[in-house]
This record gives sequence, C-alpha cells and structure tokens, in this order.
Amino acid sequence: MSYEISRNIVRNELVGKIEELSGQNVFDCYQCGTCSAGCPVVEYMDIMPNQVMRLAQFGATEDLINSKTIWICSACLQCSTRCPKGIEVAKVMEALRSINLRKRVGTLDPNKIETEDLKDLPPIALVGAFRKLTG
Amino acid sequence: MKRIGVFICHCGINIKGTIDVEKLTEELAEYPGVAYIENYIFMCSEPGQKLIRDTIVEHKLDGVVVAACSPTLHETTFQDALDEMNINRHQLEIANIREQCSWVHDDIEEATRKANLIIKTAVEKLKLNESLIPISAPLTKRVLIIGGGIAGIQAALDIADGGYEVILVEKEPSIGGHMIQLSETFPTLDCSQCIMTPKMVAVNKHKNIKLFANSEVESIEGFVGNFKVNIKRKPQYVDPDKCTICDDCTPVCPVVVPSEYDEGMSWRKAIYIPFPQSIPATFTIDTENCLGFNPIACTKCSDACEPDAIDYDKKPEYFEEEIGAVIVATGFDLYPVENMAEYGYGKYPDVLDGLQFERILSATGPTGGEMHRPSDGKVPKEIVFIQCSGSRDPERHLPYCSRICCMYTIKHAKLYKHKVHDGQPYIFYIDIRSGGKRYEEFVQQAVSEDGIVYFRGKVARIYKEADKMIVHGIDTLTSKKIEIKADMVVLAMGIKPNNSAEKVISNLKLNTDENGFLIEAHPKLRPVESLQSGFYLAGTAQGPKDIPDTVSQASAAAAKVLALLSNDEISHSPIVAIVNEELCSGCGICVSTCPYGARELDEIKKIATVNDVLCEGCGACISVCPSSAAQQKNLTDEQILNMVKIYSYL
Ligand SMILES: Cc1cc2nc3c(=O)[nH]c(=O)nc-3n(C[C@H](O)[C@H](O)[C@H](O)COP(=O)(O)OP(=O)(O)OC[C@H]3O[C@@H](n4cnc5c(N)ncnc54)[C@H](O)[C@@H]3O)c2cc1C
Ligand code: SF4
Ligand code: SF4
Ligand code: SF4
Repeated sequence: MSYEISRNIVRNELVGKIEELSGQNVFDCYQCGTCSAGCPVVEYMDIMPNQVMRLAQFGATEDLINSKTIWICSACLQCSTRCPKGIEVAKVMEALRSINLRKRVGTLDPNKIETEDLKDLPPIALVGAFRKLTG
Repeated sequence: MKRIGVFICHCGINIKGTIDVEKLTEELAEYPGVAYIENYIFMCSEPGQKLIRDTIVEHKLDGVVVAACSPTLHETTFQDALDEMNINRHQLEIANIREQCSWVHDDIEEATRKANLIIKTAVEKLKLNESLIPISAPLTKRVLIIGGGIAGIQAALDIADGGYEVILVEKEPSIGGHMIQLSETFPTLDCSQCIMTPKMVAVNKHKNIKLFANSEVESIEGFVGNFKVNIKRKPQYVDPDKCTICDDCTPVCPVVVPSEYDEGMSWRKAIYIPFPQSIPATFTIDTENCLGFNPIACTKCSDACEPDAIDYDKKPEYFEEEIGAVIVATGFDLYPVENMAEYGYGKYPDVLDGLQFERILSATGPTGGEMHRPSDGKVPKEIVFIQCSGSRDPERHLPYCSRICCMYTIKHAKLYKHKVHDGQPYIFYIDIRSGGKRYEEFVQQAVSEDGIVYFRGKVARIYKEADKMIVHGIDTLTSKKIEIKADMVVLAMGIKPNNSAEKVISNLKLNTDENGFLIEAHPKLRPVESLQSGFYLAGTAQGPKDIPDTVSQASAAAAKVLALLSNDEISHSPIVAIVNEELCSGCGICVSTCPYGARELDEIKKIATVNDVLCEGCGACISVCPSSAAQQKNLTDEQILNMVKIYSYL
C-alpha cells in the first residue's frame, strides 16, 4: 500500500516530540547506514536504525512507535559513536521508547510470568520489560 | 650510410617485464646501419637523454631510434635532445615497443621477436629520412568566439584584456545565454544577474571586442592563424544608434508571443527587448511574428517611434573578418521536456522544467519572484522535484549524467522553502551528485536546515485529481511506496548541446561525440582544444558543466589562444604531401579526397598542388593517387616498402 505523505505528516507532532526528547535534528541523517552496520542487534530488528531515521524524516511515526526495533535496541550507543553526522541515534531510540512508555499501556505483572519462561529469558530482557511495563 | 644509434628503454618493468632487452640489444647490434646500440631503464629521464646526447658525439651518430613508448608521449622529448646536439629533429624515429608490443603480449620470446622487427622497421625508415625545417605562415592576431553565454563572454574578456581583438558572435538579440535566466546560483546563492551583468557591460564597452548579436557564422575558411569568417547579421529593424530604449513601441504592438526569456510563462510583443539589461541595449523586431512587413497590415510601432529608429525594409548584412583562432562556446539547451509525457509535462500546466522554475524564483520573472503556480496562481504548498529527468536513462532518453541538476534541484528546494515557509519540498533522486567545491556542504546544510525530504527512487507516474497532481514514487531505502498530492512538480531536466549549434558545428567539420558534444583533443591533457588545429572549446558545448567549470574552461581556452597569438608566426609540421610533377596526370582525385582543402589543381601546369600550411600530413591523397605522384615527406613509397620488407621474411 502507498504511504501518503504531506507537509502535515512530515512535520507532525510526534516528530517534534522525537526531536525534542532526543535533541536531534532528524534531517541531519543522510542515510549512510553506518549506524545499522555497527549495531550489534540489527539482525533482530524489523526496521534498521538508519531506516528509523529515514522514517522520522517522512513523518512515518506510526511505523516507528509500533516497531520491535526500539525494544530490541540495547542502548549500547555504538550507532551514536559511529555516526559521521554526529547524530545520537540511540537518543532517538530512547525518545521513541519514552513516547511509548508514557502511554503506559500493557503493564506487566512480574508475578504472572511463568517459571518456565523465567528460566529461558535473558536477564536484560527482564530488565527491559520491567522498565517498560511495570510503571 | 647513416650512422644510427638504437636506444632501447626498459620503462621500468613495463617493457623489460615482457621483452628480453639484453637479447634484443645483442641481436640488433649487427643490423646494417646500426652504429651503436644500448638499453637503459628510463630513456626519458635526464640521464637517459644525456646518454643519447653523449653517444651522438662519441659515436658520431647522425640518426637515432628510441625503442620505447608511443611517440605521442615522448617523441618531442627525444627530438629536443637531437636539436640540442645540432642534429635535425627528423632524424629521430620512435619504435613503439610498449603500447604495441610489451603491453599486449605476455610470451617473452614472441614479444622479443616482435620488438626486434618493430625496431628494424624504424631503422629502415630512418635511413631515408630527410632533414626538414618547420613551415612558417603568417598569423592573424584576432579571435572569433561563437556563442555569447558566460563561456563566450569570459573567454572574450580574457583575450581582449590580453590586448587582442575579439569578434564575438551571438545568435540571439542579446548576449547572456542561459545564465542570465537563472535566479540565484549554487553554491553561494549570489544573484545571477548581479554577477553577470557587469561582465556583459564590460563586453559592450571593451575596445578590443567587436560584438555581432543577432548574428550567425555562415562559414569559416582557411587554417590555423589564417581563417576568414563570414558572418550574417540578421536584420533587427531597429537602428540601435537611434533607439533610445523609451519603450513607446511595445505598448502599441498588437502581436503577443510567448517570451523566450521567461520560458513561455509570460508574453512579449513582436517588437521587444529580451530583458531589461540586454546587451546590446536595443529593441528588435521578430521577423516571424511582426505584421509590419506588409505596410497595409501594421505600422504601429514605427508610427509611435519618435526618433524614427524603425525600418521594416532592413536586409541581412554580411561581414567578412580575418581571424587566427576560433573558440566554440555554443552552450546547451534542456533535453526536450516534451519527451517526458510520463510526468505530465504539457498536459498539466503546473508541471514545469528547471528553467521555468528558475524564472518563477527570479525577481525579474513572470511572478516577480513570488511563488505562484501557473494554472491558478495559488501558492504551492506541496512541491515535488524529480531528478534525472531525461538523464541517465539509456533506454529512452539521455545516457549520461547532466551534472548540474542535482545541485540546481537542491537550490530550487532551498529557495522555495525560503519563500514558502510552511511548504514542503520533496526530491526524488537516484544519487545525489555534489562533487564541486562546497557543494556537499550546501546540500547537507539545505537538508538539515530546511527539512527537505529526499526519496531514493524515481517517479513512476503522475496523474491529476481535482487541482492536485498525484505523484507515485518509491523510497528504496525503506521499501515504502510513496504517494504525494502535489501542487506543483518540477522536472530537473538534463541538458544537451544547443539546438542551433548543430549547423555551425557540422559546417566547421568539428568532431562531436555520440551525444553531439564537442570532442576535446585529449580528455585529460588537452581538454580545451579541438583536434582541428586553431579551434578551441569552452563551456557546455563540450559537455555538461556548471558555471564555475564553464568559466574555468573559458579562461583556459583563452590562455591557449593567447599562447598561440604570442607567436610572431605559425609554425607548421613539415611532414606534408608533395607532388612529383613528372608523374601527376592532373586527375584531381586528391583534390576531392583531401579533408583539409589543401589540394588544388594548377590550371596552367595541369597538375595537382599542395598548400603546405593546410596539409595535415594525413596521407589520404597519397593512398588514392593512381599515378603514385603523391608522396609524403619522410614516408615515401620507398621507405614504406623497405619497412614492409622486414616482415616479408616472416
Ligand atoms: C535550471 C538550471 C539552473 C542552473 N543553476 C546553476 C547554478 O545555480 N549554478 C551554476 O553554477 N550553474 C547553474 N546552471 C548551469 C549554467 O546555466 C551553465 O553552466 C552555464 O549557463 C553554461 O554557459 P555556456 O556559456 O556554456 O552556455 P549557454 O548559457 O547556453 O550560452 C551559449 C550561448 O551561445 C549561443 N549560441 C548557440 N548556438 C549559437 C550559434 N550557432 N551561433 C551563435 N551563438 C550561438 C546561445 O544563444 C547562448 O547565448 C543551471 C542550469 C540550469 C538549466
Ligand atoms: S544503541 Fe541501539 S540502535 Fe544504536 S547500535 Fe546500540 S543497539 Fe543498535
Ligand atoms: S550513521 Fe548517522 S547519518 Fe548514517 S544513517 Fe545512521 S543516523 Fe544517518
Ligand atoms: S546531476 Fe544528478 S539529477 Fe542530474 S543527471 Fe546527474 S545524478 Fe541525475
């Protein structure tokens, strides 16, 4: 399906929010892909970090907010360190997580996690899940 | 017999890697005529040349064969070495054992055998070489420049400042070319008119520049240093000396025609001045549309003209000028935008080409520099630019990259954003090519500051819905199919050689490439000279380029011309055709064959003659002469036969 784009979409409120929270100008990105190339978890993401930046330029915030990518991001800051334009991509990821967290949807009750699952889950996933979903 | 020295170069390992130079030296030492033979790592180096010079003295040589690279590279180097030792430079032969041997073979034994034969042929040729001195001819120190765009203007000013006379021929009523139509120019955004009009005025005022506007070159005859050009000045019907530019005439003229200067987006009358700063500053009547050639139909402008400057009966005038060199600066035109039907050009009035958008941006344009679209005057809020329109499309349009459209598009998007703060520019692109000085910075700054959205991909189709153009494209970086309801679409059209240059270029027999651009003598080392002696190239007539490159090339062509004119006379290679009067039957085949017009029939002696200065020594006449009367100096039939005999033992 076509993505219908217009000036109101390009400069929508959420893009403003992302820029405000991250302190980054999404238009600085020129799509070199260095961030994605260096990201240690990119193969598990549904949208690559450079695509996150691109979609932000298009105002495609729905895609971003609903992406798995922002939760898979481990906030290791490799992308921010490498970006030749000095963009702190990790802060954009964090901004997107924050926007989601502030909605406080789908909170998690730690007591309801199955013991079986607890055995398999990596601790970092639990930390992430608590941060996102307990508040 | 001549005492010939043979010097074999290793060219590092370029030659030595494939040819056994020691074996070769040994084999050829005994060859008849070879008085001395030697091999050395780099013959072209100073020690290499010294070796030749010393050996000439020591071994009393009177001829030298250098077995090395192609003569196009170092023939003059070694000829100069002979000159220094007072040996005529035509007693040098180059045996090309690199490009024609070591580089194209890898079997050492075979390559060595071939090198042996190549050197022997050179020795055989040299045995019969005559000592020759260059032919000299007078030099007319005046220059013709065809085309009065920024390229022609810059070259004219440089040469005129150097103290030589320039004849500048422009086909339009004013000089200026396309640059005078532009709004602001990347990457510094200075206003095009502000930086160009001082140069146009300087052309008009310069005592060394004779300007023929509204004129065309009909023919050029002669040879470097001694051309005659015929110029046709089309009638302007308005006497520039009488015209006071009062503009009483245009209001009364009943004929309206689309303005060329505004790319058809405004109207002008049949009597008009192309733009306010036109040079020469005078009105012109457009022959095709004026009704006044029939005195019963109309005499309105003439009636209104107080100084009585208008004369409908003016005829074209013809001038002959003598010149020594020619610079061709005939410029470009946009690739025909009519060919872009897939993008709705011609069908939708709000689909424009790049030059039309320049006019909308320009303070002197149809909207006075305000952003309004042609169809209904609305301010476009969603504007789509399509790069590579007509370029880089070998299947349907131009195969090459037009080099300027990436940059003018980002400039357009930026200038648009400066005028419409709440508008959104979108650019569809395949690559962003911003290789010039400060260009990349310009692009990045525009995108960051003005929030210009780039989509990587081309547009597939555009159709209309209500007052919007629906643009269907793609962003290949996110795999998103994009749809935009645009108020205006601008096609970043590619460029091609100027439509009206074709005739003059073919008249002058100048070489062009498959796209019609003029070909330079060497793409890297002789980029502003034509292969035809005495012709120089400047600006977009030679290939797509922006203003900085155009101006640099024009100044470079001017420097080349100034170097030529600083000689007292023209020196011409003495390797020319000669006629054996005893054998010539006067059949005249050579006259029709010679591509340089150097052959003529002597009506009294009834034999063919050669004009030495015109002859380029191409050998065409020699091969067609049925009586073997035509011979080329230092490449006579006898020499050629002796050379061929070397191979007859194979
Ligand atoms: C939309 C657009 C925007 C641009 N913006 C920029 C910019 O911002 N910055 C930049 O650096 N460059 C820009 N350019 C490029 C710039 O316009 C060219 O580099 C420059 O104009 C080339 O000059 P020229 O003299 O070679 O050719 P032209 O300007 O085409 O001049 C050639 C002249 O020769 C005349 N002529 C042609 N044939 C004959 C003949 N047979 N006899 C006599 N005269 C003849 C023509 O009438 C014309 O006056 C832009 C180009 C376009 C299309
Ligand atoms: S911070 Fe996130 S997006 Fe950036 S490299 Fe690390 S995991 Fe990848
Ligand atoms: S590294 Fe920086 S500029 Fe390159 S794609 Fe990632 S965010 Fe964009
Ligand atoms: S300069 Fe840019 S827009 Fe023009 S043809 Fe080349 S790549 Fe395409």
